[in-house]
Amino acid sequence: MSSTAASGERPTTIEARSLTKRFGARVALNEVTVETQVGELVAVIGPNGAGKTTLLSILAGALTPTSGEVTSAPRAIGWVPQQTALYRKLSVVENLRLFARLEKVADPDNAVERMLQQADLAERAGEEVGRLSGGNQQRVNIAIGLLSDPAALLLDEPSSALDPRQRERLWEFISTLADGGTTVMFSTHDVAEAERYGERVLVLADGELLFSGTPAELERTVGGDARDFESAFVRFLRERGH
Amino acid sequence: MRWLLVKDLQILRRSPLLVGLLIVYPVAIALMIGFALSSPPGKPKVAFFSQIAPGKGKIAFGSQQINVSRYANQLFDSIQPIKVHSRAEAIAKVRDGEASAALIIPADIIGQIQSLVTQGAGNPTVELILNSKDPLERQFADQAISARLSQVEQAVSKQVLRVAVADLQQVLNGGKIQFLGQNVPLLGLRNSRTIVAGAISALPTSSSLRLALKQVVSFADLAIGGLGFATPVLNSIGTPLTVQQTELAGRTTPADTYAVAIAVVVSLMFVTLLLAAGMLALERSENAYSRLVRGLVSPARLLSEKVALAAVCSGLVTLVMAAAVSLFVHLDWGRFELWVLALAVGGVAFGALGVAIGGLAREVSAASLLAFLLSLPIAFVALVPGDAVSSGVRAALDVVAFIFPFKPALQAVSNAFSGASPGIGWPLVHLVVLAVVFGALARVALRRFASA
Repeated sequence: MSSTAASGERPTTIEARSLTKRFGARVALNEVTVETQVGELVAVIGPNGAGKTTLLSILAGALTPTSGEVTSAPRAIGWVPQQTALYRKLSVVENLRLFARLEKVADPDNAVERMLQQADLAERAGEEVGRLSGGNQQRVNIAIGLLSDPAALLLDEPSSALDPRQRERLWEFISTLADGGTTVMFSTHDVAEAERYGERVLVLADGELLFSGTPAELERTVGGDARDFESAFVRFLRERGH
Repeated sequence: MRWLLVKDLQILRRSPLLVGLLIVYPVAIALMIGFALSSPPGKPKVAFFSQIAPGKGKIAFGSQQINVSRYANQLFDSIQPIKVHSRAEAIAKVRDGEASAALIIPADIIGQIQSLVTQGAGNPTVELILNSKDPLERQFADQAISARLSQVEQAVSKQVLRVAVADLQQVLNGGKIQFLGQNVPLLGLRNSRTIVAGAISALPTSSSLRLALKQVVSFADLAIGGLGFATPVLNSIGTPLTVQQTELAGRTTPADTYAVAIAVVVSLMFVTLLLAAGMLALERSENAYSRLVRGLVSPARLLSEKVALAAVCSGLVTLVMAAAVSLFVHLDWGRFELWVLALAVGGVAFGALGVAIGGLAREVSAASLLAFLLSLPIAFVALVPGDAVSSGVRAALDVVAFIFPFKPALQAVSNAFSGASPGIGWPLVHLVVLAVVFGALARVALRRFASA
């Protein structure tokens, strides 16, 4: 099934049509169409190998689709890959300044200062990234994705390596971004996290987009008698042969 | 690209062990080569036992004597003699490792030489005992002693010939010889012939002695003619063959300059390959590649930056190395701009090979290991002398040497250092072509970065 976001009043930030990606004979993504709106929080869930990272990488411009198109410019989208994409030998501020210059941000120093404040990293600005905790590295990772002040931010499993306290702080930060009008699309293995923070969920399995809607709509799709959202999600996949 | 270069230099600055290694390694090589080339070759320690009694080292030859002991002393120019008092002691010195060889001169050697010189029969022999434990040390001692022995042998031969020629001249032309402590005049063949010819003309034509004396004059004429040839013939035996050397390839690089060029290019190769391969692989190890190529930096620009970084760093290091070596070995500073050009283009070609390795290996440790493993055979293949192997192997080695940058880089650098023919033009063109080919290979390899 291909789907778009429910038609909304808000302007579109990401628009991608009929995305297909093949790695040799393997089809990682098959005819997937996605749209997001300003300030929307979209969770992408699915079993391992579903195509979540491939979808986000294509939307970010880090991977070229075999067919289909993304109409949004890569510069309008912030990208936070699953593993922290940082230079461990450089300090926090050096990493931010480097990517601000590469992104050709109008005022790099101002953008760096803004991100240090926004990500609460000002006190750690001079520390080498390799010496920071996993949580702080992830904050730098996200801060780099936000340097160009993008309309949409893509996060690939942003909380996977964090402890519960760090995770809580991360979601507070992400929610603030969405409240400020930034579209946030994130992939996760934690279905409860998707239900809790995702305004809309996209369900992928074997490269196919099976569902796009709110968590409550997914529960209703499987009959409404599921114990919780996770049970509903598992039943949904089973009913569709996954 | 400027910010990527700055970033890589910052990373290198914070990796003191790596940078230290990259600087210390070529400097150490430069100093080792410099000392090796500027120091005279060492002399092997040789236990020396002569059984010739003092004052008995002379050969009587005709009217003169040759002091063989004087020539034997020349042998000590190429060895460090350890004088011993018996053959057993000499052997013990070799066994203990105190000496790498033993040279034993037997007591009868003077008699043997005397017999050989005067009667044509005799077998003068010296005994050489070598320690076979270390093949290189054995070869070194053997070559040093054998070469010097043959020089001594030739010097003695020349002296014998000189004495023989002098005696022949006296037989021919007359002179004085020492006999029982007194100078005795020697008439000589030519004077004898003149006297006999004069006697014939004084005799009456009917004298029966005229015929007999004419036969003596005829014999003298024949002998004078024959002995007249003997002198140049004997002289020619002393130096039977003269080698006239012609260099067909124009001006060639001196051996010590060539050795310096090898050291510089090996360092250029190691530093460039390791830096280019390692710094490219680092982009993936740090997961930054996917972030960079989403419109921030094109893959071609990223590869160019790594090649430039590696070529500039290795170029500077090897220039310093060449300058350090020039304290020991003459390098033509008047061609400095050609040194820079050869090292820069060589660095770019090695850098392109390095990014191809980095692109294929993807991990820093794997890229470094692959660069290191590839470097050794590349250098080895390019340095194998063509005549040392069969034509089939030579053709294969030539192909391998042609497709990697070591050989053209070595030609460019050695010719830049020395001004030797045929210049650095073709090697530079070769290097540029290789840089383009390896750059394209690296570009293809980068696709694995994105898909992995």
